Amino acid sequence: MAKYIVKRVVMAIVAFIIVSAITFFVMNLIPGGPFTSEKAMSKEVIATLNKRYGLDKPVGVQYFNYMKNFLHGDWGISLKTQRAIWPDLRSRFGVSAKLGVSALILALILGIIFGSIQALTRNKWPDRVLVVLTTLGTAIPSFVLATLLMLLFCMQLQLIPVWDVNHPNFILPVISLAVYPMAYITRLTKTSMLDALNQDYITTARAKGVPKLKVIFVHALRNALIPVITYVGPEFAYIITGSMVIESIFTIPGLGTMFVQSINNRDYPYIMAVTIFLALLMIIANLITDILYKIIDPRITFE
Amino acid sequence: MSEEEKYILQVKDLHTSFFTENGEVQAVNGVNFNLRPGETMGIVGESGSGKSVTAYSIMQILAATGKVTKGEILFKGENILGWNEKKMEKFRGKNISIIFQDPMTSLNPTFSIGYQLIEAVRLHTDKTKKQAYDRAVEMLKLVGVNEPEVRMRQYPHELSGGMRQRIMIAMSLCCEPDVLIADEPTTALDVTIQAQILELMQSLQKKLGMAIIIVTHDLGVIASMCDEIMVMYGGRVCERGNADDIFYRPAHEYTKGLLRSIPRADNMNEKLVPIGGTPINMLNLPEGCAFCPRCANAMKICLHQKPDEIAVGQGHRAACFMNIKEAFEEKEGE
Repeated sequence: MAKYIVKRVVMAIVAFIIVSAITFFVMNLIPGGPFTSEKAMSKEVIATLNKRYGLDKPVGVQYFNYMKNFLHGDWGISLKTQRAIWPDLRSRFGVSAKLGVSALILALILGIIFGSIQALTRNKWPDRVLVVLTTLGTAIPSFVLATLLMLLFCMQLQLIPVWDVNHPNFILPVISLAVYPMAYITRLTKTSMLDALNQDYITTARAKGVPKLKVIFVHALRNALIPVITYVGPEFAYIITGSMVIESIFTIPGLGTMFVQSINNRDYPYIMAVTIFLALLMIIANLITDILYKIIDPRITFE
Repeated sequence: MSEEEKYILQVKDLHTSFFTENGEVQAVNGVNFNLRPGETMGIVGESGSGKSVTAYSIMQILAATGKVTKGEILFKGENILGWNEKKMEKFRGKNISIIFQDPMTSLNPTFSIGYQLIEAVRLHTDKTKKQAYDRAVEMLKLVGVNEPEVRMRQYPHELSGGMRQRIMIAMSLCCEPDVLIADEPTTALDVTIQAQILELMQSLQKKLGMAIIIVTHDLGVIASMCDEIMVMYGGRVCERGNADDIFYRPAHEYTKGLLRSIPRADNMNEKLVPIGGTPINMLNLPEGCAFCPRCANAMKICLHQKPDEIAVGQGHRAACFMNIKEAFEEKEGE
């Protein structure tokens, strides 16, 4: 186990270097620069600005300098706002993560319950109703759903206030974010639960006198969760870094919107910061997923 | 002591069907037997003869499509078919236990051996975790598992098939049930391990005194250990008697065919004769004797009428019209 983790950490470092390098060079390959959009700037001013931010040096040198600063804990300064990136990134990530974690927990709980219900009522009406709902859930794009929810609950019924930075109301964004993973987890759980319920060890558990609910939610579910974990691990990293679509629709100051904005602005340090942050989260989430596997299924060996 | 109380388990006219998309599969059609405490009964038959379904019906662990449609299953004189699920949960594992064919898949791969054993103990007793652990270790020692404390921490995939079957036996006997049902307990094991497991079951029976129902397709495996053997075909009992009756005086054409198809140590040069034809389609049972389409000596009556069990000796009964015919011929010859 310890050997495995060391191996994974080494691999993570390699992955991290590759991701940061590709992002940095590709970002610089795209025509234009951080100051090209400002019209009334003379060449001299732009040259001075480039020099000030070190953008006149060769890209390789820039990358080396950036990584050196990053490893010293310096996330850089936004070229757009002239403010330090880290505090901004942190607060935006806080908002996105809160949304994402809530959505994923909601999706997991409902998905596992719905999936189990489907497996247990196979081909009866609860299963059929849920089949329709989960198909809808995976088919409807989140921006359509978010718009519909907002129209219905904020405008027509006036039950829930529209998002406001000072009075944030997470209900609708969380629902909009949760629907797709929930539908997906429901389908995964249903399939793997059906498979688990047909296994011999379930008959053994019943024959031992284990109560029905415990057979389903302890003996079968533990085995049925393995595919769900495979999905949830990377999805976790993905969902907590924010959704550009949902955040734009609800005007939420999260990481998702900022990522897109920073690309539009050619805000190089910000792009790098968000990419690196996302890569790190992804790597950590995958590592946790693997360790969770081992806890749930002892047959898995790390070789 | 009344007739009912003498038996630990009685099965009366048991009918079990599976309701599938293709129709009703009548897997068991009127099985009767009585089991005394401490007795060993063997149920023999080919795949689809209804032997395992009989066992599963007693435990009420049939697949969702399966249902007992008729008959009674009396445990100590009480019909368990009338019990609700709650009462059945208390009954399974405590009064009657079962072990299965394939020890490789019968244990849950995601829980340790210790968890699964302790769970079995605690389901039916008030023991604390510590007491249940001690009981589990004691059971592992009893079934001949070495280093029981180490095994408790291990997972099923870390153990061999024979070891897992021992653990299944330990788990099924930890609450000292009155009856142990063994559904093909040795089919998935190596020949050398088969003998070990059967010996273990016999020695445990001596120590704990439970009755055993052993379900198998292999007559040879159980011949030496059964007080009574029941041969099944097409969901019905075609012959029952002790091992000598079945082996030396078979009275049903199916049993005779079965014996002709098994190699014998005392006559290795004799050619084996397989039973012709294919097993019957349980969706569409024949009107008469189920074995009739494959029987070389079938008569007209066999086509239209189901034979009842007829006594052909002391405690030896067979459901075959040939016996009536022979009886008539003998009478005429006198």
